[in-house]
Amino acid sequence: MTLDICWPIGLMFSLVGAMLTVFGLVTRASEEMYKRSLDININLWWGLILLAFGGLMLFNAWKNSKKVK
Amino acid sequence: MPNITLGWMDYSIMLIYVGFVLGIGQALRKYMKSSNDFFLSGRSIPAWVTGLAFISANLGALELVGMAASGAKYGMMTCHFYWIGAILAMTFLAVFMMPFYYGSKARSVPEYLNMRFDGRVRCLNSISFAIMTVFASGISMNALAKLLNSLLGWNYHMSLWICSGVVLLYVLKGGLTSAIYTEVLQFFMIVLGFSPVVYLGLKDVGGWSVLKEKLAGVAQNPASIGVGDKSFQPDAWTGAWSPMIQGASANPMGVDLFAMVFGLGFVLAFGYWCTNFLVVQRAMAAKDMSAARRTPLIGAIPKMFIPALVILPGMIAAGLAFTGKDGYRLPPKIIAESAYEKIIPAVKNAVATGLTGEAAVQEVAKAAGMKMIPAKVDEIIKAAPTLSDADIKGRVQNAVAENDYDGVILSLVKKYCPTGLLGLALTALLASFMSGMAGNVTAFNTIWTYDLYQAYIGRSKSDAHYMWMGRAATVAGILISIACAYFAAMYNNAMDVIQLVFGFVNAPLFATFLLGMFWKRITATGAFLGLLLGTMTSAAFHALTLATGNAPGVKGGYVTVIQSFPSEMAQNFWLASFAFLTCLFLTTAISLVTKQTKTDSELTGLVYSLTPRIKSADEVWYMRPGIQAILLLAVCLVLNIIFF
Repeated sequence: MTLDICWPIGLMFSLVGAMLTVFGLVTRASEEMYKRSLDININLWWGLILLAFGGLMLFNAWKNSKKVK
Repeated sequence: MPNITLGWMDYSIMLIYVGFVLGIGQALRKYMKSSNDFFLSGRSIPAWVTGLAFISANLGALELVGMAASGAKYGMMTCHFYWIGAILAMTFLAVFMMPFYYGSKARSVPEYLNMRFDGRVRCLNSISFAIMTVFASGISMNALAKLLNSLLGWNYHMSLWICSGVVLLYVLKGGLTSAIYTEVLQFFMIVLGFSPVVYLGLKDVGGWSVLKEKLAGVAQNPASIGVGDKSFQPDAWTGAWSPMIQGASANPMGVDLFAMVFGLGFVLAFGYWCTNFLVVQRAMAAKDMSAARRTPLIGAIPKMFIPALVILPGMIAAGLAFTGKDGYRLPPKIIAESAYEKIIPAVKNAVATGLTGEAAVQEVAKAAGMKMIPAKVDEIIKAAPTLSDADIKGRVQNAVAENDYDGVILSLVKKYCPTGLLGLALTALLASFMSGMAGNVTAFNTIWTYDLYQAYIGRSKSDAHYMWMGRAATVAGILISIACAYFAAMYNNAMDVIQLVFGFVNAPLFATFLLGMFWKRITATGAFLGLLLGTMTSAAFHALTLATGNAPGVKGGYVTVIQSFPSEMAQNFWLASFAFLTCLFLTTAISLVTKQTKTDSELTGLVYSLTPRIKSADEVWYMRPGIQAILLLAVCLVLNIIFF
């Protein structure tokens, strides 16, 4: 058995997603910053999507590890 | 292009990515027990992972930068690199060829050639392939370092060496598995990093139907965004097939139907996807025959839709530039710092001597070595007495009329990404360049160790010795790649160069495989001479033909020009077709007059007619490779019809 790739993928995207989400929340008042992304707080929304993807991968990895045992 | 300033958030995302790839390398280190683990991942990887790595290995500089460039330059027709130029070949590999590659237990593509033919064919293939991998990786690293330099102002040499250093570290530790894992990670990075940019771009331009209207404008007046001076039918940028039906002169790519379907769709595509060890190696690392055959099929699913991520941005950029929304233009070519020593005096001289209009524009253009936008040069000269040298520099750069197509994708990233998302998109780009290098280097170290070193220099050494050699070859491969990167710095459109190299090496190769795998009468001498002469035909064809508008030299025609083509792309496609047919004909002819040295039993498992069919009756019907291949082709056909 080698390393299940779902672990690093899940961990990385959860981490980056969480960072972007928090960053988006903190900077949500900055109109100047989000003017270029067409007034959408893209950091917040995309952060949430990454978080969801990362979570799914982690869940998958956890499920796989139980199956092996 | 003015520099982008990155925030701490952007740097953190980049560092996290680098940390994770190094971590993966470290975590895999303990699994690298034998050379088999290092070079072939111990044949233990599940199909979805090898499948994503299979297309990801090809998703390097060539894709992100080159495809967006072509999207702006040629429009929808660029999608053929993904559809007719990939899907057909990938399904063929899965259904017909993988049983021989995986079943023969060959550890590399050249090793298969050694089993089927003899050492001469293997030697020829492995040497040309090894050279190609380091070139491909060098070209990609050069593009990366150039981008980081122009965009972030990072030092070219430092970017090149640091990124190469990261790749070196994780490949040394985890071998092929490291490369495959980071390729999968990179795949998700690209999808998740570029989707928001494409979404915002498409929203900004007003959606697909508005984009189509704007591109119709571009097609009728390409000069307005500086992509050429010919005028085309309104659908030239938005149709995949319709602009080609009226011939090469009716589409911006300058490619006719035969060159596209036979040259790209058959010769180049099959030559690349079915014989290129860089991608086939991913399938060879799969855990069993069924996973190996499913590898290209799984890869084909995202492959069909990647144009939305890599070609669409180029089309969006062309559409935005056409209306000049928010002052957007396709990024101009960057003027070298040294050229300003001539440009600034030229501008000041024009002011001093009262030179205006056409004559002044020509003076400045001559000093810059590029075409300039006359109106903007006039403005600069009028304002020059009150401008500082630095202001003149900035304005002259902005007045360049020639486009730097390779900068298209980044101009959109810069336009739409606030800090945060910017870091994600740039990391995706960084990831694709680095994993492109890792892919090439892992193919290079395997070929060197198994097909050149073990075969000719150090036979029957211990396994530990070969593993050591693989690591040494990794270091050497990266150093040679860096040398190639410096060499590649001379070229402008990276993709055309890579296509040219593929044409030389890959085009005749598929004829050898096709004949060898499906006809037992083909002899080693026939294969060797056919391949050699086929490759030489490529070179001769290149030396004797030229694309309109190019000067004889590195672009071809350096002996004499006996045939010219409307574009480089057409020249490459025709070159490939020619080399393929030469190899096909000569291999057959020479085989028929030479004696077959291998017996039928030696060829079992290597040739179609002598190998028992794989029974997939125990698999559910929808899991059978043949059925899945047909489904994929149907989906691809539908896409072609929608975007006809």
